[in-house]
Amino acid sequence: MKTRSERPSLAKRFPSELLWNLTLRELRGKFKRSTLGWGWSIINPVVFLLIYSFVFSIVLRAVPPVGDPSGLHNYAFWLVCGLLPWTFLSNSVIGSAASLTANQDLVKKVYFPRSVLPTSAVLSWLVSFLIELGVLAVALLIVGNMVLPWLPLVLVITALLTAFVLGLALLISPLQAYFRDMEHLTTILLQVWFWATPIVWPVTLLEGTDRTFTVLGYNIIPAIPNLIRFNPVFQFVEAYRDVLYDLRVPSLGRWLGMLISATISILIGGLVFRRLEPRLAEEL
Amino acid sequence: MSRPAVVVDDVAKKFKLFHERHDSLKSTILSGRRARYEEFWALDGVSFEVREGSTIGLIGENGSGKSTLLKCMARILLPDRGRITISGKVSALLELGAGFHPDLSGRENVYLNASILGMSKKEVDLRFDDIVSFAGLERFIDTPVKNYSSGMYVRLGFSVAINVEPEVLLVDEILAVGDEEFQERSAEKFAELKRSGCTIVVVSHSLDQMRSICEEVVLLEHGKLVAIGKSGEIVDKYLGHVRDDRRAREAEERARYRALVPTDEPAEIPLVSCFELLDDEGHPTSTARSNDPLTVRVTYDARRIGEPVRVALSIYRTDGAHVVSLNTGYGIAMGEAGEDGSVTVDYRIPSLPLQTGVYEWSLALHDTDMLHIFERAERLRFDVTPGDFHDQRGLVDLGGEFVTRGSVS
Repeated sequence: MKTRSERPSLAKRFPSELLWNLTLRELRGKFKRSTLGWGWSIINPVVFLLIYSFVFSIVLRAVPPVGDPSGLHNYAFWLVCGLLPWTFLSNSVIGSAASLTANQDLVKKVYFPRSVLPTSAVLSWLVSFLIELGVLAVALLIVGNMVLPWLPLVLVITALLTAFVLGLALLISPLQAYFRDMEHLTTILLQVWFWATPIVWPVTLLEGTDRTFTVLGYNIIPAIPNLIRFNPVFQFVEAYRDVLYDLRVPSLGRWLGMLISATISILIGGLVFRRLEPRLAEEL
Repeated sequence: MSRPAVVVDDVAKKFKLFHERHDSLKSTILSGRRARYEEFWALDGVSFEVREGSTIGLIGENGSGKSTLLKCMARILLPDRGRITISGKVSALLELGAGFHPDLSGRENVYLNASILGMSKKEVDLRFDDIVSFAGLERFIDTPVKNYSSGMYVRLGFSVAINVEPEVLLVDEILAVGDEEFQERSAEKFAELKRSGCTIVVVSHSLDQMRSICEEVVLLEHGKLVAIGKSGEIVDKYLGHVRDDRRAREAEERARYRALVPTDEPAEIPLVSCFELLDDEGHPTSTARSNDPLTVRVTYDARRIGEPVRVALSIYRTDGAHVVSLNTGYGIAMGEAGEDGSVTVDYRIPSLPLQTGVYEWSLALHDTDMLHIFERAERLRFDVTPGDFHDQRGLVDLGGEFVTRGSVS
């Protein structure tokens, strides 16, 4: 039986096999020619971790919060619980933003739903992220944090984070196809976002201090811990720390925050992508 | 009456010709608008239908919109107006090996490319051996494609695309891929697809090819459909257009050249006053049918030359292929000249043994020993249109016929 295909065929089955193949292409391309291959996805975060721990716990003497109720008191683990989700987000955003321009030959010559390109970029980084989380879980078990019962929650949080990241990817990738210097803007914004989120510095540093930083005559330091709740990444980072470092269930507010930001992100990203998709072949 | 596989309904596509292209946010913001551009309709209200199982060609000059139309059919471009309805699975051969990853092996790329073209893994599993043997790459299939020669690369891409087994196949200028042997196999594969009922839309500059593989041809001009019909007729019509355009352009150039020559010095009058082709009835013509009589007439001023002349004629096809050169073999004596001092020489061809195509006659006037050229005339273009015997291709028509017998004893 032949089916009458209408354009644009949004109702058509999403090509999950193509998505998987493109994800594999990304992953294989990433590691194919290196001797260590997949080992790099473990070595990268470990080196990152060592550098940040050295700088913050030894040079700057930052004091990590004590795990409640786990009792874990280790800056390196506290850091990496927040750093891994961030690197997943930032790699995915940069990778997916470049995915359309990098594959412009494909976009100009073959028809397929263009959203599989940014999506496969996000998925390939998700695979790395899951490997890294596995390494982290093993390390936590070694130091005595019994994370095993918490892993299902980790997966739920990861699903929400992936949805949030996917929304960003769908928003930024077509914009970068239309405006090439989005690339530089994205890198800068990610830097700002990284330091605006308590990933390497504990938010407790700012609670109840006498530090001042005046903007228009107001001291903004006391307001920061409250403002930061509106940073969606903060909720995700803290959720990972809840279940991996502290070993507790994230608060209801945190769940709501993650759910709402994931939903909004997917909606906006999806709408923007759908609007810009038809002319991608011309703009590239 | 089979139903249409492709319906193109009032399709229009506009492109923006940017005078200053803003690729960056900065320039967009500074200028306060996206960019200044002119609109340009690459396609303008094109409508036609393609019957299921037929092969249709799109022809037209560069910029006539044929590739744009094909891309709209392939859903790569979105028309600004109108719609294209295609029933069945579409495969577009616009670029071969698009999406190959250089670091991946041929095998991995076959699966990847096939899934981009919409095949599932199971379907590829079934056809994998066919794809590889068609491309002739059995030995290299596990080598990364970056180590492939460009020929191997394109062959693999072609092989994947053609094995998708589409119901509607869109092809852009890629029928001439690979060596002779591979082209033969490709042509066979196309024939096989046609037999199995596949609808094919082709864009090609090779008019010979269009004539032989398409049943129907659409002629586009500046984004508008000018004609649609039987491939032979439309191709001839198109050649007519091209010829008229060329004539007009040449006349314009001559006029411009003349304008450049200072008027007080009279331009030199050429020795050759007439160089033309005559048909059966003696009328001047610029086309000839294969196997029809044709006469070349040359008139020159013998008095001004003042010695015997050997007239030499040659035919070249426009792609440079040398068909024939010949000359009178002796000097035409002065005494032949008429009252006005001119000599007219006819070269009569009883049955023109040339195949369809565009050719040029060249003419030179030599002395008896062929050592000196008095004058070389401007080349004379002419088109050969198909004769009665259609099933042949190439340069010459041998004029033979087939005779079959039961057995040879």
